[in-house]
Amino acid sequence: MPDTNSITPLVEIDKVDFSYGKRAILKGISLSVPQGKVVAIMGGSGCGKTTLLRLIGGQLIASSGVVRVGGQDVGKLDRDGLYDMRRKMGMLFQFGALFTDMTVFENIAFQLREHTDLPEEMIRDLVLMKLNAVGLRGTAKLFPSELSGGMARRVALARAVALDPMLIMYDEPFAGLDPISLAVVGQTIRKLNDALGGTSIVVTHDVMESLQIVDYLYFISDGRIVGQGTPDEIRASTEPYVRQFVHSEMDGPVPFHYPAAAYADELGLTPLKSSDC
Amino acid sequence: MQKILNIIRGLGFRTIETLWRFGAMVRFSGLILLHSGMSFRRISLTIREIYFSGVMSLVIIMVSGMFVGMVLSLQGYDTLQKYGAQEQMGVLTALSLVRELGPVVTGLLFASRAGSAITAGIGLMKATEQLKAMDMMAVDPIARVVAPRFWAGVVSMPFLAALFSVCGILGGYLVAVLLTGIDSGVFWGNMQSAVDVRYDILNGVIKSFIFGIAISIIATFEGFDAEPTAEGVSAATTRTVVTAALSVLALDLMLTAFMLRTSS
Repeated sequence: MPDTNSITPLVEIDKVDFSYGKRAILKGISLSVPQGKVVAIMGGSGCGKTTLLRLIGGQLIASSGVVRVGGQDVGKLDRDGLYDMRRKMGMLFQFGALFTDMTVFENIAFQLREHTDLPEEMIRDLVLMKLNAVGLRGTAKLFPSELSGGMARRVALARAVALDPMLIMYDEPFAGLDPISLAVVGQTIRKLNDALGGTSIVVTHDVMESLQIVDYLYFISDGRIVGQGTPDEIRASTEPYVRQFVHSEMDGPVPFHYPAAAYADELGLTPLKSSDC
Repeated sequence: MQKILNIIRGLGFRTIETLWRFGAMVRFSGLILLHSGMSFRRISLTIREIYFSGVMSLVIIMVSGMFVGMVLSLQGYDTLQKYGAQEQMGVLTALSLVRELGPVVTGLLFASRAGSAITAGIGLMKATEQLKAMDMMAVDPIARVVAPRFWAGVVSMPFLAALFSVCGILGGYLVAVLLTGIDSGVFWGNMQSAVDVRYDILNGVIKSFIFGIAISIIATFEGFDAEPTAEGVSAATTRTVVTAALSVLALDLMLTAFMLRTSS
């Protein structure tokens, strides 16, 4: 785990289980995210990464175990308590989730208008500053449908930090981006975190980009933590799952083949007997 | 035997599911009322929705009203003239429209024009995680998205139904006076003496108001409850039109029976 003695953890997850019906998604996960750091949670598709973010945001409640944010037990908060906590959080959704009936400007101004009584001129300045931070001040009057995928992701990023949150959660921020947009989004995540003095959790399966921008990584597979460390430790790791993930190996602890009957049997082939030769 | 058992089981399953959905809808209505404060505090949100569901429905409502009024007048003339009662055409048109056709046909048109749009809009917001994003931003989607649309529907319906009746009566007037040659004074005079403000006009307004509540609840609930996929949203939109149309007709029967009983 990251050095939690010197820095207070902002998010603590302690022996958390979670299931959708009978399907167990998380099995006794424990991790902590120290204040001021960028932490990546990595793993293959469907391993429970997004579920973890939703548990931290209080959109889901753990079957057992405790999720603490800023010392508060998220599972025990009522609606008002949850909303108070969420005001200090920002979240970037996988596909941006921008409000399609609002312009880029209105999207970023949304939380400022909903949660503050700031005068319109100040909101305007704040929105333009956020947009400038992601390099998209010129798109203020456009609608989300007029943006490219990478631009929409950056606008969503600006919206996630509109209220200068203490915790920013990114759900697959790199998915489906071209290499340039990907690097821009990666660097922006790091810069925003350092500039705002916030804490970030990045859920992703993009290893190379994450290794460059984060302070600590956790690897999840089959609902359990199977590896963790700083980027240097991860690069040097001999842990089979981490190795397979980092070096993009086709086969390993995560098998290439979905469980199936024997290949030869399915093709109707029987091995030749030695007497037939 | 097994087949019969399966049919009974299927019937039971559907009944339970329908009841469950009805219960969920009632609970949802309660939540809308509970979170309606914002719709009135920030009235611009509701006015924006009134524009989308009410104002944008004006053309279809007015044109339909005009046609229905004209047809009523033509059919009425055909029958009434056999008894020499064609002077009653104004009364026939006005009473049919104000009491029944105005609220009912407006309800059906409103369900298909605005109800389907409300469901598709909310359903798509759900499918693209916009509602979840709003919730994560500590803004209640029911207060911010659903309640303004609900109140917009409730407010719009009585006005649209009234406008439908007005256009229908004008259409009837055109046919009766200009086409069949009935005296304009007789047309309006008979209408004025036969139409009662309390029993006809007010009852029509009450009906359209209740239809507005029913359609708005169904449309917002179906959108909010839609499966967050393309198929889910399209199925929810269809359900809105079908359920809202049937509810309007069933409610009309109940309300008419109740109103006729109290007026006699």
